[in-house]
Amino acid sequence: MDAITRRRLVMLLPLGAAAAAGGGFWGLLMRMQEGSYDPHTLPSMLVGKPLPTFALPGLPPSAGFSNLDVIAPGRPALVNFFASWCIPCIEEAPTLMQLKNQGVPIWGIAYKDKPDATAAFLQQHGDPYVRVACDEPGRVAINFGLYGVPETYVVDPHGTVRLRWAGGLSDAIVHDKIAPLLKSAAQ
Amino acid sequence: MTPELGHFALALAVAIAAAQAVLPLMGAHNRDARMMAAAPALAVGQLIALLTSFGCLVWSGVVNDFSVFNVAENSSSTEPLFYRITGTWGDHEGSILLWCLILACCGGAVAAFGRNLPASLRARVIGVLGFTSAGFLLYTLTVSNPFLRVWPPPIDGRNINPLLQDPGLAMHPPVLYSGYVGFAIPFAFAVAALLEGRVDAAWGRWVRPWTLAAWCLLTGGIALGSWWAYYELGWGGFWFWDPVENASLLPWLAGTALLHSAIVVEKREALKTWTILLAIGTFSLSLCGTFMVRSGILNSVHSFASDPTRGVFILALLAIVIGGSLQLFALRAPVLAASGIFAPVSREGALVLNNILLCSICAVVLTGTTYPLIAALLFNVALSVGPPYFHLTVVPLLVPLFAAMSVGPTLPWKRADLLPALTRLWWAAAIAALVGIAAEAGLGRAFAAGGFAAAAWLITGAFAELVERVRLFRVPLSVTRARIAAQPLSVWGAAVAHAGLGVTVAGIAGMSLATSTIVAVTPGATIRLGGYDWTLLAMHDAPGPDYTARVADLRVTRDGRQVALFHPSRRTFTEQKQTISDTAIQTNLVRDLYAVIGDERNGQVVLRLHVNYLAPWIWLGALVMAAGGGLSLADRRLRVGAPARRPVATVPA
Amino acid sequence: MSRSATALAVLLALAGPAWAVSDPGEMLANPVLEQRAEAIGNQLRCLVCQNESVEQSDADLARDLRRIIRQRVVAGQSNQQIIAWMTARYGDFIRLRPPFEGRTLVLWGAPVIALAVGAGVVLLARRRRPDAPPPLSAAERQRLMQLLD
Repeated sequence: MDAITRRRLVMLLPLGAAAAAGGGFWGLLMRMQEGSYDPHTLPSMLVGKPLPTFALPGLPPSAGFSNLDVIAPGRPALVNFFASWCIPCIEEAPTLMQLKNQGVPIWGIAYKDKPDATAAFLQQHGDPYVRVACDEPGRVAINFGLYGVPETYVVDPHGTVRLRWAGGLSDAIVHDKIAPLLKSAAQ
Repeated sequence: MTPELGHFALALAVAIAAAQAVLPLMGAHNRDARMMAAAPALAVGQLIALLTSFGCLVWSGVVNDFSVFNVAENSSSTEPLFYRITGTWGDHEGSILLWCLILACCGGAVAAFGRNLPASLRARVIGVLGFTSAGFLLYTLTVSNPFLRVWPPPIDGRNINPLLQDPGLAMHPPVLYSGYVGFAIPFAFAVAALLEGRVDAAWGRWVRPWTLAAWCLLTGGIALGSWWAYYELGWGGFWFWDPVENASLLPWLAGTALLHSAIVVEKREALKTWTILLAIGTFSLSLCGTFMVRSGILNSVHSFASDPTRGVFILALLAIVIGGSLQLFALRAPVLAASGIFAPVSREGALVLNNILLCSICAVVLTGTTYPLIAALLFNVALSVGPPYFHLTVVPLLVPLFAAMSVGPTLPWKRADLLPALTRLWWAAAIAALVGIAAEAGLGRAFAAGGFAAAAWLITGAFAELVERVRLFRVPLSVTRARIAAQPLSVWGAAVAHAGLGVTVAGIAGMSLATSTIVAVTPGATIRLGGYDWTLLAMHDAPGPDYTARVADLRVTRDGRQVALFHPSRRTFTEQKQTISDTAIQTNLVRDLYAVIGDERNGQVVLRLHVNYLAPWIWLGALVMAAGGGLSLADRRLRVGAPARRPVATVPA
Repeated sequence: MSRSATALAVLLALAGPAWAVSDPGEMLANPVLEQRAEAIGNQLRCLVCQNESVEQSDADLARDLRRIIRQRVVAGQSNQQIIAWMTARYGDFIRLRPPFEGRTLVLWGAPVIALAVGAGVVLLARRRRPDAPPPLSAAERQRLMQLLD
């Protein structure tokens, strides 16, 4: 290879690097459009791992529940963190009620909420939960890797977390992501 | 009516820009003098059209025309007039229009001030600018139109984020964009030179003033943004290595390398390939920064509406502009004429080292900023890269850079002896060492001591070249005085700019010594911090145009004498239900007293107090750097014609 | 994402940094331990605002994490252990200082790689440049003088 050709190849390197970068950006843009990439959401560390150990008190006079209670029935279930001060939680309430009507067990954990406020919230917007627990200090939530409310975790019959959805649930999200998982986990 | 006029003017600008892209380039290719002469007129025409369009948008905001969707979303009648005007560029559409306006100003500037350029070069430069303009204007007109209407118009607008209602932040985008977009001109010069097939000393002389102007503005813009973050956001810091901050730093680093490279092209006709590549690269980094911020693929505070479809359009635009210019580079650069020879140790050698170090820092910052994207794409994992990474990787590269900065300008061209050059700087080294030792002994903090020593080295070394040229202490004082008067402004400019960097480094070193405390106190209590007594006198309410505020009266005394009486506050904006803290700062230019108030509970107020040493020097240093650039710009030699090229034979119309 | 949701997200994100005054009761009595806790906090990203460290942010979650850090520092855990505890729950994303592992080799090696590439380019360019011709010998100089006359 003579000197001029070698020089030409070297001069093509910046273009090559730019093309690679452009391809990468395009790939990310496509993923953003289809929803598989979102720079602001965190992937959960719990996916594929067992439910963290916890035991929380309930809304008096009811009892709370522990991780064992969630696994005991041997069916796929949802664990939903919510709070009375959280607006998207109000927005997702109808979707949760619909899931409850379809027979999906939803275990609710009130995050950093006063029991009175939680009770009022449930009375006003409906109670889709099998049982409600109160995590006032918020430590159990940190063990889940929670970084905002609401968050919903899909747990399979063996107690392994399959999915974490951060943000409010909508019918579309349930249809696309949650329902298929619940079905496959039941088998 | 006004929005329609603005919309029409925008469409007109697209058409003119398209003409501006095609005609001059064709004219230069066919040596048609008339087509080439059309270039300045088209550039000015585009500028007038865009001024009209932008003016209409500003007017719509001022008169509260809420039928314009952009105004309804981002402005409101309760907003003060100044912020109704500056809010025009507070959102995505308005800021892109501002971007286009500044790009058109670049074309207009070349038309107005580029009269000493040969016709074909000027035509090509304006043509390339027109091409870029046309792309961005098309984007604005189709996907990002600020003149879209909403019917029926809402009664009042939704008001912009209260954090944006601040004079510093209002002026930050225009200055910053002028810097970003200003580098389009050196870019156009580089592409024009590649099209002509010739890069020579004259080209180096012509490209330098434009690069300087853009660099000064970008320096100012970055400093303004950092200063705003310091006094408004209230966390006591000034730089978080956030992706959008890095997006402005990258073109600055490349632009600084370009500035210095262009000197070598001008003086010695060497480093041509590198300079051309840097010119293309700097503007490319500006464009990439725009893309990354506006497309939402990066996790950053600044992200505007993250709309992936817009991202695709901009990506296509980038592919054409950057890909096209790099393709041209690959084609034409290999046959650029062989350049001047120089020894490794020489001024050219020092500038090559400068290039390598600046480009390496640029590459590191680029890697750190984009690594979360690479990790997401290749490994499907969420990583984050923050300040600790950048401190560990950039600082080691700064050490040789600072060392070379003071030595380089004293070396002669073509060949130099290193040892005599270093020996001549003994006094700068001695002062730096003394400062470092004194700082370490007095403060016991190695990082700050090192920083102060580096600052002293930079400031004293900055004037080393001048000292050499006027032969200070080696010839009679009258001769020295005569020589000082005869020095060209660009030598002063370089000295002042390098010294400015030293001032900034000193400011950063001083900030690392800052002390702070967080306390909860009742009115009447006194806290001791940094040798001062801080007394909370009282808390009271203070309503504003669209907010209510809790204000603290804070008095600071030293040895009984009052030093400051200031009023940090917390404003609650009724409409957005958002509360922001208004930091109070009192400065005497050597130290900043900085106070933020927090929650009030049981009659107690939470206060965070800082004593920030030398903080103002960070931004004053940037101002000095920009002033140095300005001095260089004022150098007569840059305005008096460079050697005229042989006129190119033209075909009569 | 809908326009209002985006605006809200931006507002919330920007609301975070402005509330950066925390509770003085959080600070540990022992200054050495407090400094260690602050150093750890500065290495972790606040997940709510995402553009501040856990130490700077006044979000509720950041406050909780700061408390946990201080509890563990007092309990005698090492910096690595505490960061590992955080990473186990939130992933590498919470670390402002990326881990040094196979996947981040290019990241951490960036300064060295950049310098090497730069130096390599310069060296290649110098080798390509034709060397200055050797100085003329006496005989050649004489011949030159003859030709010029």
